[in-house]
Amino acid sequence: MAEPLLDVKDLKVSFRTEDGLVRAVDGITFSVDEGEVVGIVGESGSGKSVTMMSVMRLINDPNAIYEGEILYKGRNLMGVSQDAMRQVRGEEIAMIFQDPMTSLNPVYTVGWQIEEQLNEHNDLNKGQARQRAIALLTQVGIPKPEQRIDDYPHQFSGGMRQRVMIALALSCNPDLLIADEPTTALDVTIQAQILELIKNLKQEFGSAVVLITHDLGVVADVADRILVMYAGRIVEEGNKEQIFYDPQHPYTWGLLGSIARLDRPRARRLTAIAGQPPSLINRPQGCSFRPRCPQAFDRCRAEDPQLTTKVGDGHLDACHLSIEDKRERRDRTINPELAETA
Amino acid sequence: MAVFEPEAEGIVLDVEETGGDIVGRSPWALAGRRFLRNKLALAALGLFILIVAVSLSAPLYAKHVAKTDPFKSNVTGTVTIDGKTIDVIQEGTGKLGLGETPIGPTWKSQYFIGADGQGRDVAARVLYGGRASLFIGFGSALLACLLALVLALVAGYFAGATDLVISRLMDLIWAFPLYLLAISLATVLLARPTDKPLKIGPVTLTAGSLWIPLVIIGLVYVPYVFRPIRGQVLSLREKEFVEAAVAQGAGSFRLVFREILPNVISTVVVLLPLMIATTILTESALSYLSIGVQAPKASWGTIIEDGQGLLYTRPWVAIAPGIMIVLTVLALNVLGDGLRDALDPRSKVRMK
Amino acid sequence: MVTFLVRRLLGLIAVMFALTVLVFLIFFETPGVDPAVLMAGRHPDPQTIKNIKHEFGLDRSLPVQYGLMMKHLFVTRDLISYGTRTKVIPEIISATPVTLSLVIGAAVIWVVFSIVLGLAAAVLRGTIWDPLLMVLALIGISVPVFWLGEIVNLFTQSRWHGFFLFSWVPPLGYTPLTQDPLKWFEGLVFPWLTLSVLYVGFYARVLRANLIETGSEDYVRTARAKGISERRVLVRHNLRTSMITFVSLFGLDFGILVAGGALLTEVVFALPGVGLLTYNSLTSLDLPVIMATVIYGAFFISLASALVDLLYAWLDPRVRPT
Repeated sequence: MAEPLLDVKDLKVSFRTEDGLVRAVDGITFSVDEGEVVGIVGESGSGKSVTMMSVMRLINDPNAIYEGEILYKGRNLMGVSQDAMRQVRGEEIAMIFQDPMTSLNPVYTVGWQIEEQLNEHNDLNKGQARQRAIALLTQVGIPKPEQRIDDYPHQFSGGMRQRVMIALALSCNPDLLIADEPTTALDVTIQAQILELIKNLKQEFGSAVVLITHDLGVVADVADRILVMYAGRIVEEGNKEQIFYDPQHPYTWGLLGSIARLDRPRARRLTAIAGQPPSLINRPQGCSFRPRCPQAFDRCRAEDPQLTTKVGDGHLDACHLSIEDKRERRDRTINPELAETA
Repeated sequence: MAVFEPEAEGIVLDVEETGGDIVGRSPWALAGRRFLRNKLALAALGLFILIVAVSLSAPLYAKHVAKTDPFKSNVTGTVTIDGKTIDVIQEGTGKLGLGETPIGPTWKSQYFIGADGQGRDVAARVLYGGRASLFIGFGSALLACLLALVLALVAGYFAGATDLVISRLMDLIWAFPLYLLAISLATVLLARPTDKPLKIGPVTLTAGSLWIPLVIIGLVYVPYVFRPIRGQVLSLREKEFVEAAVAQGAGSFRLVFREILPNVISTVVVLLPLMIATTILTESALSYLSIGVQAPKASWGTIIEDGQGLLYTRPWVAIAPGIMIVLTVLALNVLGDGLRDALDPRSKVRMK
Repeated sequence: MVTFLVRRLLGLIAVMFALTVLVFLIFFETPGVDPAVLMAGRHPDPQTIKNIKHEFGLDRSLPVQYGLMMKHLFVTRDLISYGTRTKVIPEIISATPVTLSLVIGAAVIWVVFSIVLGLAAAVLRGTIWDPLLMVLALIGISVPVFWLGEIVNLFTQSRWHGFFLFSWVPPLGYTPLTQDPLKWFEGLVFPWLTLSVLYVGFYARVLRANLIETGSEDYVRTARAKGISERRVLVRHNLRTSMITFVSLFGLDFGILVAGGALLTEVVFALPGVGLLTYNSLTSLDLPVIMATVIYGAFFISLASALVDLLYAWLDPRVRPT
């Protein structure tokens, strides 16, 4: 098996605050292979954004403390110099953000901003840079790119702006693209277009994608593998089929149960996961999901469950319930109409 | 074992279970906590209170320490230092040997920083001057803020024609260069012959009254405070919680007082110390130009003006009140900064 | 563009009209204030007052007086001062270069220093330098400019005049540039420094606050994610957008100072500029001169405000009319 493109080993990110040490990311290990699309799913505060921002070393907080390793193509990014990191950013790993309205500098034209990145990492003359920028805009589906290249961000619609962001991110052919909630701020119809675009990136550019979202529906189509995060840890990990057809963790069940699905009878109400995410300063004893978990039993309070492979190859979860127990309760929870799946 | 039913009650969270404590605190309490943690702002507050206290004690100082009436001319007086009796105003020590020079700082209880051209105890005058400057500074800032608040609430809330009229009026006052407006009003009001004081209704204002500069400076700064508050009211108006209140049947009065005012108050609270700093500086400038506080009253600005003629021979007369101004204004600025940080902390401070 | 200029021009005329009427009313309608009485000195006798009234046309109705004054000011341009009995317009014209010399020199100094200080404080956040620089800035805005001027004079003219450091400082006053450039410069150095202290303090704080605010904006984060050098991010992204506010504030302050707002500095350093002229005319109730200076002032402030709007549109594409 080839070396993974991105290999995160036991990453911990904490922040010193007035009220104590906030453990935003509490020991995560995962990897991304070349050309793979990985979805990271979790609610606000689960640590998903902090994880990937740490990969890019974009967190500008003097109160942040890091532990663990982030290996990119074998190199530990945590230890490289600022200069080296700058070269990685944009050229090897690129990132697009949630709000396209504010993510582009309002006083420079779109073309200027793309060319700025091109010129930083490549040696092109003015004409070449401009041509490349126009080509990129075409590739992400912006109409009349030769004219639009001289427009300012506020002259584009939200969806168009996000496309520009994607063009920007891909301008130097990065091997890894991180998309942090790229569709959350957009209308549903535009969401579909952007996701389609991201799906095609694998073909067109050959880059791996890490897609961060709180919406399982978003990753259903696009992702190869899915990580479910809760309270700074990964609670379940598996490929698309495993997560959607054989989810092992009660939190995942909750997430799935809260999605409206076309293949379900309409009469069902959507389930909500009761309660609030836990304090990241004082973790509850044992399993961090226990206070909200209807399946919790005494072992859950005593022992912190580890993320291990229980049911199948590449399918990990962090829950004490036995596989049979899980299947039984899950079916009752998510889809009582469906027969047991093996 | 509870089954995950959609109709079941939500899980009741035990504080122990979550392991953390989520204590609700009101925004004011939070701000107060943050403010109390700001050592610099607290020091500034302490300094300001000290200056106010010292100024208020002026009569005590004059009576018991300096043993003088700082408003009475004392040209022929004498003072006893170390057993020797010295004239308060002496033969000129200037280059030409002409004129007279008051005594310089004795650094003792009487004439601590010397005498001015009229033989008066400067230290005592500076303390009294503090009373005037602080009174006018605080009063005019308060006047400006209150007036601007009312006008901004009215203009911002009712918008339309009301807003247009009030805003244009504010623009007009603001277009008048600041000092010019103050100077015009002051000059005109003060140009009256002393035997014909200004009567406004039952109130008689003599030329020496402190109320005149207070009102003038207060009015002059109304547009400055008005603008940001009006902007805030306008944007608050569009917010959903106002819509919600309207949907509940709230009338205009209640809306303004219960919904909009509390949100605007924090802006005023932050502005107040900064405005006092500004008005103190303005008053001192006007008094220095002889169009602010008038004799027989004294303020820090008038004493600096007194000291101008003695600048090269007895500089302390001009230096002392200036130092008081700098300390007071500095303290107020730091205080204002501290309040602003407490009410809206966005900066990241390095923690231990 | 044309509509913008026309609108501004109309606004200017409206403001000038409103201001002059306001000044007129203040001086003539405030109860108990009679300019003829004031000009006649102490214990005037009725005949003197009557003579003065007639000489200055003060016995005509107010609107007529106003009209006359405007005519003398704009049409015939021979308005005469009550005090010096000389023409007003040349007085203002000769005072203008003094004010301009003072304000432009000070402006150059304060812009440079405040950008340096503000940038340094923002970049060095977290070290001891940031609060130190900001305390300096705070002191700058807490010192009354006229008092500072007095202290400066104390040392440069008297106490330390003997030192080589200050022996070159000429006595208080102004030397025209055309007459003696070196003396012009020497006489303005300390007024420049004194006037700019206040503004350096203010603008350094404003810039620092702006830099910190824009520094946390999303587009700065995007710029970093692009792999751009920290210095480029600071200058091309962070500073560039912060300058929008800085420049608009600067334009307005500059306009106010040129319009006569530097009067305290002019008084302390005995510079015969527009500010000093305004002050003298106000205290001697010399209405024609007051009128002229008010109009001069309103013109410059409106001009500055219009220029600031144009500049703002140039700096911030979002504001431009499409």
